[in-house]
Amino acid sequence: MYEKDGEKYFVVDGHIHFWDGSPENQANIHGKQFIECFYGYHSALSPEEYLWPQEKFEKYSEEDIMHDLFEIGYVDVAIFQPTYLKDFYVNGFNTTEQDAVLKEKYPDKFILNGSFDPRSGENGLKALEELVNRYDLKGVKLYTAEWYGRSKGWSLKDYWAKRYLEKCEELGVKNIHVHKGPTITPLNRDAFDVKDVDDAATEFQNLNFIVEHVGLPRLEDFCWIAVQEANVYGGLAVAMPFIYSRPRYFAQIIGELLYWLDEDRILFASDYAIWQPKWLVEMFVDFQIPEDMQGEYGTLTPDIKRKILGLNAASLYDLEVPSEVPQEEAVAAGEAEYPEKPY
Amino acid sequence: MPTEAEILGALSGVRDPELDEPITDLKFVADLRVAEDVVDVRLRLPTPFCAPNFAYLMVADAREAVLSVPGVQRARVTLDDHHASSEINAGMADERGFEGTFPGNTEGESLDELRTIFRRKAFISRQEKLCRTLLAAGYSAAELAQTQLGEVPASEAKEKYLSRREEFGLDVSAKAPLVVDPDGNQIPKDAVVEHLRFARITRVSIEGNAGMCRGLLATRYGIPDPEEATP
Repeated sequence: MYEKDGEKYFVVDGHIHFWDGSPENQANIHGKQFIECFYGYHSALSPEEYLWPQEKFEKYSEEDIMHDLFEIGYVDVAIFQPTYLKDFYVNGFNTTEQDAVLKEKYPDKFILNGSFDPRSGENGLKALEELVNRYDLKGVKLYTAEWYGRSKGWSLKDYWAKRYLEKCEELGVKNIHVHKGPTITPLNRDAFDVKDVDDAATEFQNLNFIVEHVGLPRLEDFCWIAVQEANVYGGLAVAMPFIYSRPRYFAQIIGELLYWLDEDRILFASDYAIWQPKWLVEMFVDFQIPEDMQGEYGTLTPDIKRKILGLNAASLYDLEVPSEVPQEEAVAAGEAEYPEKPY
Repeated sequence: MPTEAEILGALSGVRDPELDEPITDLKFVADLRVAEDVVDVRLRLPTPFCAPNFAYLMVADAREAVLSVPGVQRARVTLDDHHASSEINAGMADERGFEGTFPGNTEGESLDELRTIFRRKAFISRQEKLCRTLLAAGYSAAELAQTQLGEVPASEAKEKYLSRREEFGLDVSAKAPLVVDPDGNQIPKDAVVEHLRFARITRVSIEGNAGMCRGLLATRYGIPDPEEATP
């Protein structure tokens, strides 16, 4: 819970990790490069006082998570989004089983999400069912750029992806978090393209599709899909930290999202341990669209921020919100207009 | 013997297809050596996992640009620190093309379709950027719909828009309408605002990505990170 200026905010961190990127777990050069890439994101966009040494970043402890999220980070509930990367890491980078250790220890603090890879065929379907039943999962996180032998990725349009989504529907796994990555084959196509989410969202109306990183680097394609599909949401992981280093760009992202999606389909996330929720929550609550951009993007109210910070995710995952947190309908003051006079 | 300045000049014509900015401005040129008629160029990118297709395009375009400089007989362009560096560098050395560089990992048309998608985006983004300056100067959206290219005052934004437009094979004559879709169709008066609204998010996306990439490159190679521009 976060409180500022008499306003209370229930905080759901929609995207966190408990990974092992240490050299001992790296299976090859790609594992080394992958965690270095994450560390680059961390270093490029964090305030200096939140920078970690690379060694700690590669593998951090349970104490770190509990401290950074719940002791100082204002987070009420955090959602584990696994990223397996079994071709890059001996034991996987961040599997459901790794996260489950903490979920079992602190059941009220975490939501555990699973994952599937449609290239695992029939056996994988069975494994998904077991995973869901074992942990009572309500969501999965999919990484379409995952390497699998010779394959460098998959699409939600694939026949087997549909079979897995049908299985999710059947098992009551209703939240499908989708994360795009750089190497999807065929390599002559745009790997970050989110159009396959459009097809899946149309076909599976009972499932919610949360596009992680609001489709970045394809914000425009994501918004175009979200405006047409009511069951498509945007997760703010990776977009959030721009609030510090590039606040005007952050204002544009939020302004565009409010216009194309409205404030009910945007979810706060830190992407911990890449960034820490403490400074993101503090800065977001203090944030306002810069004055000279308000004619174009409007302003953010505490009600809008409350929805983004926690109420929207609480509704997707049926979380109980303390009664002290106001839940009235937010007024969409952040409606972006295309200006007759933009400056 | 060609000079470094000539080579850099040629490389400044190579753009990151996704970010629509010259690879020289983006600081992707890590090193450049000229020895008689042989030129060596090393490129670098913000992360080891930058999309391999765009990485390949930049390396191939850079090589072609260097070879276009008079006096250059041989050009070797290599890519540093990328997950596909060895494939791309070997493919380039043997002139195998994209399919030959990643055998079995491509389908159908080479990279042309991909490049076209991003040229459309660059075109639409540059158009919006120019239209914003005109709106700020007092044009109404309805007036923009009726404006011809020849009536638009000269500016850097106009120059860039025209260059993307021409590259894209669209009419750039003085009588051609300013606001057209990527297929060259004029946008009707009552659809201009909606058209520009979508164009705006395309521009926001491209500019934001470019900012992110500059920041990541700066962190990765310990060079200064340019601050966010405010108008």
